[in-house]
Amino acid sequence: MIKQIVFIIALLITLGVFTYTFFRVLAYFKLTHQDYPVRNLGRRFKEMMRVAVGQTKIFRRPVIGLLHALVFWGFLVILIGSIEMVVDGILGTERIFRALGVVYDVIIGAGDVFALIIAIAVAVFLVRRLFLHVRRFAGIEMDHKKHVDANIALSLILILMISLLGLNTFYVQHALAAGHEIHGVFPVSQLLAPLFASMPADQLYLYHEINWWVHILVIFFFANYLPYSKHFHVYLSVPNVFLSRLDPLGKLYTMENVKKEVQMMMDPNAAFEEPSGEEEEVGRFGVKDVEDVSWKTYFDSLACTQCGRCTSVCPANITGKKLSPRKIIMDVRERMKEKGPGMLKEGSDYSDGKALLRDHITEEELWACTLCNACAQECPININHPSLIVEMRRYLVMEESSGPGDLNAIFTNIENNGAPWQYSQEDRLQWAEELYINE
Amino acid sequence: MAELQARGEQPEYLVWIGSAGAYDDRYKKVSRALVKVLTYLDISYAVLGTEESSSGDVARRAGNEMLFQMQAMTNVELMNAYGVKKIITADPHAYNAFKNEYPDFGGHYEVWHHSQFFQKLIREGTLKLDGQAFRDATITFHDPCYLGRANGEYDAPRDVLKATPARLKEMPRNRSFALCCGAGGGQMFKEAESGDKEVFIERTEEALDTRAGVIATACPYCMVMITDGLKYKNREEDVRNLDIAEIIEQSLEL
Repeated sequence: MIKQIVFIIALLITLGVFTYTFFRVLAYFKLTHQDYPVRNLGRRFKEMMRVAVGQTKIFRRPVIGLLHALVFWGFLVILIGSIEMVVDGILGTERIFRALGVVYDVIIGAGDVFALIIAIAVAVFLVRRLFLHVRRFAGIEMDHKKHVDANIALSLILILMISLLGLNTFYVQHALAAGHEIHGVFPVSQLLAPLFASMPADQLYLYHEINWWVHILVIFFFANYLPYSKHFHVYLSVPNVFLSRLDPLGKLYTMENVKKEVQMMMDPNAAFEEPSGEEEEVGRFGVKDVEDVSWKTYFDSLACTQCGRCTSVCPANITGKKLSPRKIIMDVRERMKEKGPGMLKEGSDYSDGKALLRDHITEEELWACTLCNACAQECPININHPSLIVEMRRYLVMEESSGPGDLNAIFTNIENNGAPWQYSQEDRLQWAEELYINE
Repeated sequence: MAELQARGEQPEYLVWIGSAGAYDDRYKKVSRALVKVLTYLDISYAVLGTEESSSGDVARRAGNEMLFQMQAMTNVELMNAYGVKKIITADPHAYNAFKNEYPDFGGHYEVWHHSQFFQKLIREGTLKLDGQAFRDATITFHDPCYLGRANGEYDAPRDVLKATPARLKEMPRNRSFALCCGAGGGQMFKEAESGDKEVFIERTEEALDTRAGVIATACPYCMVMITDGLKYKNREEDVRNLDIAEIIEQSLEL
């Protein structure tokens, strides 16, 4: 009974903190800008099954990709066991899902095997991060805190897997010692159990309890640590794929507010057709600060795991330019963390004298992009970096006219003679002259 | 286009030449190759000639949405006035703009990148490239970002190359992993930001490492960048940079 009360209190604290975080994050989302409507749920579901559940983009790096996929799939299976532990904890029962029979055996057996696989995979990840120099884990955006965060998250997962194997092992050995029936199948733990064959039953029970409590309390802690960590992706990457843009990577979104203005410019009659009424708030063109960012880009920034695959394939980054697509996305999250609280307190007009542009993301970074979409192609969870880069360029060009001089020159040429170069439109067919001579 | 309309004729395809195709000295040869091949194949087509204007792709990607939209609306108005239904272009950027972005402005066309159009004809058996021009050649293909990643087309240009007797040798980074030539997003028209290296040199070196005698491209930007890269590496004598259209032109000995 005491165990149940302690458990329920721990659970309520966990849920309480989680609820607080949830509404906090939701409030930040309300500060952001609109984006494309989420339609085509069927196609979205397929994309989610393919990219998120199927881990297809992770496999673009086959070896380390397989390790990650095993961790992810294992996580899905072990999650069922964790839910059982919560039910057991509340009701004071033991392995209550055993009523599922063979299904239970499969789930628990798979979870037992996956616990070992995940422990090994996570150990490999830790060794890679701590002892090997993996280029994509470096970069200006990857300061000490980012590395600590990554290592904490991996260590917590390692503790979770060891304690899961521990509780399974002592469960098996205790059942054997006490002559109880064993519920579930334990391919790995039953091999470990004989190591503790000499222990008396009550000690085995104690060790089972310790592992059980460590496991569930670390889960509770982890659940609330995640939203403040890069490992928020445990929650957000699957929905991020579901919500991702379905258009070809080449399409950029049409700015409707610009379209209205251009239509009026090109067809003066259109200006009178629509009831002009009060001057509609046109709003800012493009993105200068975090409140101009779309909800989807903010979602991207929260879901990003900082794996750096985007940056590792970026032509600008490869050739030593300052641009790092990972940094651009991480900056959005940083900036919301910096400005968001003030905006929630003092309203959306709040200013701290800084902005996403220039104080976080420099013009040099934005102009180094070739819009080649390698970053977006590579991202395992369909983050779209180029759309943010273009939105920030739009602000620079249309609000400040502060693009690079060479680009301003081609804008003028396109306006005057319909080509980036300064040639007369009358000469546009000169390339064909030689052909006519031949004929 | 205007001449045909005056005569009351309606061509099946509009061939979009693009600004580089009209003004860049090297790339004008690609425009000529393209129309020569189309003429040889007896395709009903026309060009807009002096009425053509920038697709607006570079303006949009450089952040000038206003200018892009003006270009888009003007071009759509013109093409719709001529009753254009199908477009062929050698420029993946124009291809992407027409296919994915012009529908927002009332421009709905069946858009073909020239490599896709030729792939179709090869499959149908109307285009045969077993000429001897590339008999002993090794060709490596550089994927244009706006044909490949942007629109998922990796096979069409390769199918064209495979139809020749040449040997196709891939670079380590190919298809969706391909490295950009460095020209997109407005880069071709401005100084690069400071770094260790130019993107086009990195890519040219990768292409040269395949020891192929021909670097095939399928995009005006890529052609400018790779040609520059070959000059920079002093290899323009022994390695040729050819567009898919030129490879067909030479295979057919036109």
